Amino acid sequence: MTARGARKGPAAMRLSQQPGEVIDRTRELRFSWNGREYPAYQGDTIISALAAAGERVFSRSLKYHRPRGLLTATFHDPGCMVQVGDEPNVRGAHRLVSDGMQVCSQNTWPSLRFDAKSVNRLAGRFLTAGFYYKTFMRPRSLWPAYEAVLRRFVNAGSVSPDTAPGRPEKRYAHPDVLVAGGGPAGMAAAVAAARAGARVLLVEEDHKLGGHLRWGGEADLAVLGGLAAQVAAEPDIEVLTNAVVLGRYDGNWIAVLDRGADAAGPGTGTVRTGAAAERLVKARAKTLVVAPGLIERPYVFEGNDLPGVMLSTAVRRLISLYAVKPGARAVVLSANADGDAAVADLKRAGVDVVRVEDARLGGDVVAAAGRGGLRAVEVADGTRISCDLLVTAVGWTAPTALLNAAGDRPVYSAHAARFLPDPARLPEDVLVTGGIAGDGGIDELTEHATATGAEAARRAGRIGRARALACPATRRAALACPATRRAAPGDSAGAEPIAIPDLPVNPHPEMFAGRTHGMVDFSEDVSSKDLVGAVAEGYDSVELAKRYTTATMGPLQGKLETVNAAAIVATATGCSIAETGTTTWRPPYAPVTLGALAGQVHEPVRYSPMQPWHEAHGAAPLVAGAWIRPDSYGDPAAEARNVRERVGIIDVTPIGKLDLRGPDVPRLLNLLYVNKWSKLGIGRVRYGVMCAEDGVVLDDGVTGRLGEEHYLMSTTSSGAATVWEWAENWLQTEHPDWRVHVTPVTTAYASINVAGPQSRRLIERVTEGVDITNEAFPYMHVRTGSIAGVEASVLWRIGFTGELSYELHVPAGYGLHVWETLLDRGADLGVAPFGVEAQRILRLEKGHLIVGQDTDGLTRAFSAGLDWAVKLDKDDFAGQPELAWQLAAGVGERLVGVQPADGSVLPAEASQIIEGGRIAGRITSSRMSPALGRSVCLALVDARLAEPGTVLTVLLPSGQQIEALVMPQLAHVDPDGGRMRV
Amino acid sequence: MILLPCAWCGPRDAAEFQHVGELVARPDPRTASQQQWRVYLYLRANRRDWTVETWYHRMGCRRYIQVERHTETNEVRHAGTSGVTGAAGVTGTAESAGPPGAASPAGPAGSAG
Repeated sequence: MTARGARKGPAAMRLSQQPGEVIDRTRELRFSWNGREYPAYQGDTIISALAAAGERVFSRSLKYHRPRGLLTATFHDPGCMVQVGDEPNVRGAHRLVSDGMQVCSQNTWPSLRFDAKSVNRLAGRFLTAGFYYKTFMRPRSLWPAYEAVLRRFVNAGSVSPDTAPGRPEKRYAHPDVLVAGGGPAGMAAAVAAARAGARVLLVEEDHKLGGHLRWGGEADLAVLGGLAAQVAAEPDIEVLTNAVVLGRYDGNWIAVLDRGADAAGPGTGTVRTGAAAERLVKARAKTLVVAPGLIERPYVFEGNDLPGVMLSTAVRRLISLYAVKPGARAVVLSANADGDAAVADLKRAGVDVVRVEDARLGGDVVAAAGRGGLRAVEVADGTRISCDLLVTAVGWTAPTALLNAAGDRPVYSAHAARFLPDPARLPEDVLVTGGIAGDGGIDELTEHATATGAEAARRAGRIGRARALACPATRRAALACPATRRAAPGDSAGAEPIAIPDLPVNPHPEMFAGRTHGMVDFSEDVSSKDLVGAVAEGYDSVELAKRYTTATMGPLQGKLETVNAAAIVATATGCSIAETGTTTWRPPYAPVTLGALAGQVHEPVRYSPMQPWHEAHGAAPLVAGAWIRPDSYGDPAAEARNVRERVGIIDVTPIGKLDLRGPDVPRLLNLLYVNKWSKLGIGRVRYGVMCAEDGVVLDDGVTGRLGEEHYLMSTTSSGAATVWEWAENWLQTEHPDWRVHVTPVTTAYASINVAGPQSRRLIERVTEGVDITNEAFPYMHVRTGSIAGVEASVLWRIGFTGELSYELHVPAGYGLHVWETLLDRGADLGVAPFGVEAQRILRLEKGHLIVGQDTDGLTRAFSAGLDWAVKLDKDDFAGQPELAWQLAAGVGERLVGVQPADGSVLPAEASQIIEGGRIAGRITSSRMSPALGRSVCLALVDARLAEPGTVLTVLLPSGQQIEALVMPQLAHVDPDGGRMRV
Repeated sequence: MILLPCAWCGPRDAAEFQHVGELVARPDPRTASQQQWRVYLYLRANRRDWTVETWYHRMGCRRYIQVERHTETNEVRHAGTSGVTGAAGVTGTAESAGPPGAASPAGPAGSAG
């Protein structure tokens, strides 16, 4: 692997101090690479430190396990993905070394140098394009074996299951102008925008601002110093380095990934790195300035992926930023000034530049050779030159992702050999500057960027004012942005647009693929031969060839390879590149962890005020939507028996509660419920059922009239929010003239149901000011009064459990007090708490349906057995026409009470009811009844099977079939309801 | 993400809103044919054009607002509580805005408290 002249050792390739270097030689770090210790300086990336020690191979490729080295020396270097501790897929040419860091290679076995899977290279002809689709298809029975083999091809690191979960935060930002790209153009645009009065967010993917100026000469560094001072002098510019714009969405909603605090500079404090440091910034910018610069494009030829073949920007970054000598003996293929500058840099660094092939004069590279690293290059005239470094500078790719997202379709220019944006297609709130927009010297670029930044600020002011005008007048002042408040230059109303000068576009030779086949997609191991083969097989559109070969579908997502792929498809199809076009760039532009996208879970968990008591008394928790409820306190059947025989109390706080006030409440109730409400007297409660406009049962509950124009509505626990919004929708959109106020009070009250034959005696002991005799306070009535000393409590007599029962709604802060008082005062009556499971047993014994369990998204009111409630003669109510048509057409399915013939058999809920081999219904609820000592069920069945006495066939999950009898009514216990009315 | 000008709160992320749907007039339930009623329940034009919709500012003022939005560009040219202007060929008026059933005709899964 050591080519002639190249050395290996702790700092074998480290150069003396460079003018623009980012390493701090006073701070030495140690880290390990595949178990061996290496030195580094503060500011080194993992790869720059390894390269300084003479290492050249950092990974193995996806399919053929070819050795891969350094290509771009940026975040987007395909061969430099490594594992750092527990974190896989770390971009080694971007991640900074920290002291003690443990780094190892990925996708290598048993080791990076001796990789067993590199035999795939010999089997290469079986792994050509589309092998995924062809090779492993038949016979299907062998797929598990194929899968086991293919799994080993996955080019990724490993995640330990013991990795502590991160707590990724998110951030919102509202800049007037967001500048994507912190090179000279982005910096100049940001300064100009800030000087025009705008608040600016400047986002740069690298660890420092400056772009290509950072690895330029003394003059470039002087310009950079000036720009950096201007940026620092503007308090309204916020700089985010080590951050990248992931995507641009409607209304300039811009996702920015902040990868962690900038740890590049010497002397920075603690380093916040790693996936756990990622933070999503959700920015809403008034204008976006796209200034990402250009990405250098690799050249396609045989051996172009050998370690030692690098881009010109890569060697310039290595030399100037990290003081690393990229090789000993170099051949350079140059088609532009940057290639020429690389030659100068290499010479300055002491590299023996043995040949410069000038592509502008017909120079070319035919092939590179070597095993494990570059050893020789064959150039245009056939000469074979021994070397350990081949540098290519053949052109640029415009990273147009953000422009594509804004509706632009960049156009290919054969003159410039790259795609150029079409600013005319951009919306008002997106501007473009810098290298992506054109060429020119640094003065031309900064002039263009300055005008663009000032215009971005002007447009931001205009957009901000327009948005403020669309606001209610009372809110305008609060909503106005600083750019609209300040009297800044170019920001006054009616300011003329700022003319943006044109940037020149320099000629550049078109160089994509040479005379031999080579690698196009370095991450996916897709060669030009694969693409040509795909076209020959008929995949002759670039979008098809992309998907068939997976070119541009790897971790780089086309940043290096998309134009080369298009050029090769164009050549193979005989079309021009302009006709072929490129594949579409879609967000995210750069990889992002799912944790950063997910952020923290902000869904609240709801507990009733009695939760501490439940927890102290061993309640099994039940997750019920947002609520945690006591499922039982150990023995639900015993809890249910205690309700039937003595008295039980249950925490029903999650029941939805809406306070309704106003003269038109009866009209609202008549509209929402299927039954009639006009004559509900003060002090009465009534059970009601709501249907949606398609007649499907939406919710149920009781509503009581507390005063002349004051009602309290209860809903199901899970329907509380839905019903509130449902009522508001009707009131706001259909009947804005009705005078009704709806206030959700679900959590304002703690609710307790006291049920059982002893419940009246218990209530009597704790209530003041309410006559609770059956005569004064009968079934389905409501009273307000004092409970356990708590004023303004509501009691209503209802019977979900089928027993004499009172539901108490007390101000939430007193919930625990009332709960404990009931248990204390009722001890001699045998009072005991019961949980949701006991309540479900009791209500099933009583045949009370649960919306959503005994009904589904298609169950209309007549199918739910609610005929008695539906009053079709009402003027209007939600779902009325559909219910009338349901009645006329026949009910379809029907909810019935069912008892298995063998009462010891409990059919699981959702067991099918079958008839002649066809499904004719299902069990919706089933429990063993403590009161009856047998299983009881509710079932939805075809209406013709709903006749009492019908014998149903129930198919159990085990496959066994049992017989079950349709009962005369839904209630299995006390069908006449006498127990509730005592 | 679309920025919607709430008539009460000013410009807000669409994520704060629930998209209720295109504005459709509710037929008179006493005289509607099955065909008319089911058009009201289920059929939407889904035009690539200006369209009038109801949005519910669920995470904000909790008001239902009417928005005239271009479905291709997401440009909004009117948002308010009533009175939609423009020639969008609206089938309803402010007084007969989309009723709740249009968005979610079926009831939610629920359980009694």
